[in-house]
Amino acid sequence: MALMNKCAAVIGGLGIAASVAMGQTSTIRIDGSSTVYPVTEAVVEEFSAASRGKVKLTIGVSGTGGGFKKFARGEIDISNASRPISTGEMEEAAKNGVEYLELPVCFDALTVVVNTQNDWAKTMTVAELKKIWEPGAQGTITKWNQIRPEWPNEKIDLYGPGTDSGTFDYFTEAVCGKAKASRGDYAASEDDNVLVQGVEGSKYALGYFGFSYYSAHAKRLTAVAIDNGKGGILPSNEAVIAGTYNPLSRPLFIYVNKKALQERPEVKQFVEFYLENVKELAAEVKYTPLPDSAYEAVKSRFAKLQAGTVFGGHSETGLTIDDIVKRETKTGK
Amino acid sequence: MDIERIIRRRRRNDVLFALTGATITAAVLLVLGALAFTLVREGVSRLDLDFLRSYPSRRAERAGLLPAWVGSLLVMLVTGLTGIPLGIAAGVYLEEYTRKGWFASIIELNITNLAGVPSIVYGLMALGLFVYRFHLGPSVIAAGLTLALLVLPIVIVATRETLKSIPQNMREAAYALGATRWQVVRHHLLPYSAGGISTGVIIAMSRAIGETAPLIAIGAVAFVAFLPPVPYSADAFAVAREWAGSEQLSVVEAAVYPGVAWLGTSFTVVPIQMFNWISRPGDDFRANVAAAGIVLIVATIGLNAVAILIRHRMRRRIKW
Repeated sequence: MALMNKCAAVIGGLGIAASVAMGQTSTIRIDGSSTVYPVTEAVVEEFSAASRGKVKLTIGVSGTGGGFKKFARGEIDISNASRPISTGEMEEAAKNGVEYLELPVCFDALTVVVNTQNDWAKTMTVAELKKIWEPGAQGTITKWNQIRPEWPNEKIDLYGPGTDSGTFDYFTEAVCGKAKASRGDYAASEDDNVLVQGVEGSKYALGYFGFSYYSAHAKRLTAVAIDNGKGGILPSNEAVIAGTYNPLSRPLFIYVNKKALQERPEVKQFVEFYLENVKELAAEVKYTPLPDSAYEAVKSRFAKLQAGTVFGGHSETGLTIDDIVKRETKTGK
Repeated sequence: MDIERIIRRRRRNDVLFALTGATITAAVLLVLGALAFTLVREGVSRLDLDFLRSYPSRRAERAGLLPAWVGSLLVMLVTGLTGIPLGIAAGVYLEEYTRKGWFASIIELNITNLAGVPSIVYGLMALGLFVYRFHLGPSVIAAGLTLALLVLPIVIVATRETLKSIPQNMREAAYALGATRWQVVRHHLLPYSAGGISTGVIIAMSRAIGETAPLIAIGAVAFVAFLPPVPYSADAFAVAREWAGSEQLSVVEAAVYPGVAWLGTSFTVVPIQMFNWISRPGDDFRANVAAAGIVLIVATIGLNAVAILIRHRMRRRIKW
């Protein structure tokens, strides 16, 4: 009998829980890009400490595309994004009545890496990268000496992020001219450490991922200087700020649900805290902060609750920090 | 002569088989030992009370396992409270109550098949059913129920196998004395089979505690910096007020909601926390992963030890 009573209690409890567990509005839900994750995580950690755990936050890592899917359905409050929102995602959000604020938070230098034993590919032009990565290269461009005749007659081992990644979207747009236009016959992983290991383990490898993964493994990998017509430039904070690391330096964003911002004071508090502290924290986790003037522009956009994107549904590659600032102030009027 | 040769050959085969078995066992133990050794060497420096008491952090030496192990514990609690009674009840029903026939055979076949279905499939099903249809969201209860479905077939099969091993004359003796079917089950079959069933249950739970894929499918997140509200704490009442949608709770709401508030919160579990740490740039977090691995292995060994203990005690009491 005792057993039956227990069972009844459990089933009753479940029914109640099922009927009420819907709203979890006290939690701020964040999801999206693995590239933006370290920045947001640092902000969340400091915010939790500052608010003594009163505000609850969770961060998922579904990739930029996965994050936007949830964001456009209104399942999360903030989306980490390593590229601007796409046209399809904008339509989905509009369909569900989700309005959003697009807030650039820092810059990242997408880094092309080769093995440390690679002594030939010190510098590559964007055209050469395109020759390797464009969809037509699949099955035809397989050897280093097809890129430059003096390079070895050896197979290129290609490593890159998977298709749900914002890094993939941005790189393909910057290099091949169209987002998601890429050859498919390369070793793809959403886990950047797998790519690091792959490039580290093969002399003839080539891969690309965010700068923080390169800088954490700088002894085990070699970065390739990118030549966009003005000589080879290696990825670095200075090059990104000077606007010379083109076209692979890219802005990183958070997208905030406007309704959550208006209706929930804790979301507003968190985003304010984010914009106030991201400069310092981004530098700490090896990203390039925006200049102060840019943060001022982003804050003013935030203060005015100005919704929408300043990008037309696709990445504009090769934007310098100056461009972003101008864009902010222009649309800020 | 001939007979002696045959005997010699068979003895030789016997020794050969024993040697092969010993070699394979040693190899397996060696791999296991190497794994445990590596884990301990890498992780033991990080494994202290602070590691178990701290929230995650971007700095490896400050990052802790607190929300993850609490999450694992609570999810297992829900799994245990739902999966085990359902599994045992279904096992008893299928073994003792149903008529054997084509219908029972089909059910039996399906349950055995379910035990072999990859866990991600359960995750996808749970995403559609619990998270979206029942609006449970990516919560502790959704995760617990998902894993309950996962362990259900294992518990059912274990229950049935144990019941099958009880001699038929025990049942007949009880019926002969006028016991009803329920009395036979309640006073004889369940007590006799407690050892076997609890072994099955604990094997099932040890499998569930390491599961990651179905929980990721239902939306368990990588970074959680808070604990679910303690029943009837101020936090729990805050959640209750949100559920009720008003500042004033009715008597029923005040009695029930704060007690079950923890079921509705977001969570993470130990394996997901480990995955988050291992996929970071740099090697700083490797010690944390190893330390979390030790925690998980100790928990599993603990569960198995309990199973062995129970089985041992039950075996001693029952002799056919």
